[in-house]
Amino acid sequence: MTQTQTTMAAATPTPKKRKRTSSREGQPQKAGWFARIVVFVLCFLWIVPIIGLFLTSFRPRDDANESGWWTLFWTPSAWRGMSFDNYVTAIDQGGLGQAFVNSLAITLPATFIPILVAAFAAYAFAFMEFPGRNFLFLAVVSLLVVPNYIAFVPILRIYGDLQIAGTFPAVWLAHIGFGMSLAIYILRNYMATLPRSVIESAKIDGASHFQTFFRLVLPMSLPALAAFAIFQFLWVWNDLLVALIFVGPGDNAPITVALRNNLMGQAGSGQHLITAGGFLSMVLPIVVFLLMQRFFVRGLTAGAVKG
Amino acid sequence: MLLKILNALITVGVGVGAAVILYWLLNKLAEVLPGQWEHRLKPYFYILPAYAALVFYLVYPAVQTIVFSFANAQSTAWVGLDNYTRLLESKGFQDTLFNTLLWMAVVPALTVVLGLAMAVLADRLNPTWENTSKTIIFLPMAISFVGAGTVWGLIYNYRPEGREQIGLQNAIVTALGFDPVAWLQVSDFHLNSFFLMIMLLWAQTGFSMVLLSAAVKGVPEDTLEAARIDGANERAIFFRVVVPQIWGTVITVYVTTLIGVMKIFDIVYVMTNGGFNTNVIGNEFFNQLFSNFNNGAAAAIVVLLMLATVPIMVYQVRNFRREESMA
Repeated sequence: MTQTQTTMAAATPTPKKRKRTSSREGQPQKAGWFARIVVFVLCFLWIVPIIGLFLTSFRPRDDANESGWWTLFWTPSAWRGMSFDNYVTAIDQGGLGQAFVNSLAITLPATFIPILVAAFAAYAFAFMEFPGRNFLFLAVVSLLVVPNYIAFVPILRIYGDLQIAGTFPAVWLAHIGFGMSLAIYILRNYMATLPRSVIESAKIDGASHFQTFFRLVLPMSLPALAAFAIFQFLWVWNDLLVALIFVGPGDNAPITVALRNNLMGQAGSGQHLITAGGFLSMVLPIVVFLLMQRFFVRGLTAGAVKG
Repeated sequence: MLLKILNALITVGVGVGAAVILYWLLNKLAEVLPGQWEHRLKPYFYILPAYAALVFYLVYPAVQTIVFSFANAQSTAWVGLDNYTRLLESKGFQDTLFNTLLWMAVVPALTVVLGLAMAVLADRLNPTWENTSKTIIFLPMAISFVGAGTVWGLIYNYRPEGREQIGLQNAIVTALGFDPVAWLQVSDFHLNSFFLMIMLLWAQTGFSMVLLSAAVKGVPEDTLEAARIDGANERAIFFRVVVPQIWGTVITVYVTTLIGVMKIFDIVYVMTNGGFNTNVIGNEFFNQLFSNFNNGAAAAIVVLLMLATVPIMVYQVRNFRREESMA
């Protein structure tokens, strides 16, 4: 048993990353001033809008709507008025607290339920021989490109007949359908890199496909599963269009829809509330993203950079 | 509130549990089949649920949408090609098409260039700064376009002359002595569309940078050494040695961004809702469906969009087959 585990660990594919740091010191032109300045300027341009949003979201209404956030840097007294009041208002009166929970109720099922379904299909494509396998997988590859717009009108009709339009399952089921081709694609590509010898030897030891899948392939594919889960989480949480079409505004609206309709779309809400709501809508994906960045990057590079 | 979260967690548990049971049943069903049939059918059983989802949510609706595109607004009677001719003849839709093409021409190319520049330049910094700068560029990827709308609303905000500007861009312009401008309403030279494109660039460059950075790091050091020994300068090395070796990734980033741009909706919907000649196909589709309640026109727009993606689809499939045959 220990024997198989060590072979497995040794055989688990790790993305090849050539570390070339050692050769760096010998080339002074590598980290020239030009590179530093350009990178610094780009980072500055990228982060300043977010800083502006963040600072504005704590400013009192009159400050936020009558002076720029940058004036904080030369009026120290203005910092004293900063508070969480805008967040409280956005959550209570703006309905964003409710919407935040709705977003969770849509995102969690949409993220976790398709993983197993896609993994089984990916397993079949990677490790089983059957007529039509190539054709069926190419169908998945081509469906990757199909815009999900094509589904909206007919699905909306079906949802109307079933009377489930406006409910949570209406949205997360749709997200599962739309995310399925990407999930199969990522997982199949990752599984194809797993060492065949391990799977072959499991078969010789008498393991069925079902056992091989659950005991061997699924645990070994964890990086790819995580990568897809993060993708799907960000995609569903940040989605506006699918939510607008299948839920719309109201009690079940996710945070993107509520932010747009309750705050941005209302002339009276003002920048102090819009920015607080905006930050509220991005705080969870940013945290997930920063914590899981490594998986995310690995998934991106494994899925797209081939050969 | 708590109940909703609890419900969500239960849904996840039940959903995943149901999937496990479903596959266990499918597997059992395959196993009770006589000998050969078990092996013949098991793969199909494994892919069946995933395919059911794909067929129900993409394949069937695609066919249905094509059918609807030849029917009237309520999908109750055939109108032939009317939806298409009416769209293509209307000035508004022509502008919408042009704007979408403009997005397609500008954004993917700039995304590649900016991402590549960032990948190559950050690669030269020490690891701490490399990681920090990349995280900053990558961060907007986690933010929704609605969220981006709240962020950039503070950049493009406009107040009439005489009032204090709270939008950064107008603050700079007025500080330099010019009049404030309502940026998102300036349709001359599609200036407002370009301001919206900047938002997408801001969100997408990180994606491009990450993929290209991995590709650049994967370029074998000895090819660079060889070029250096031959006396090539940095510029020549970059364009003649590095770029050809990462070309596949460049295309991948370009195509992925292109597909995203063709479907762009959120940014336009949130910032201008297509006003001031910033409309794009995605937003027009939404308005036809939910403001005009015109199923036929909405379906026709989607069919046009789908036709535009066919070349990309063909390319993807061919590309995939080539890579598979090399592997």
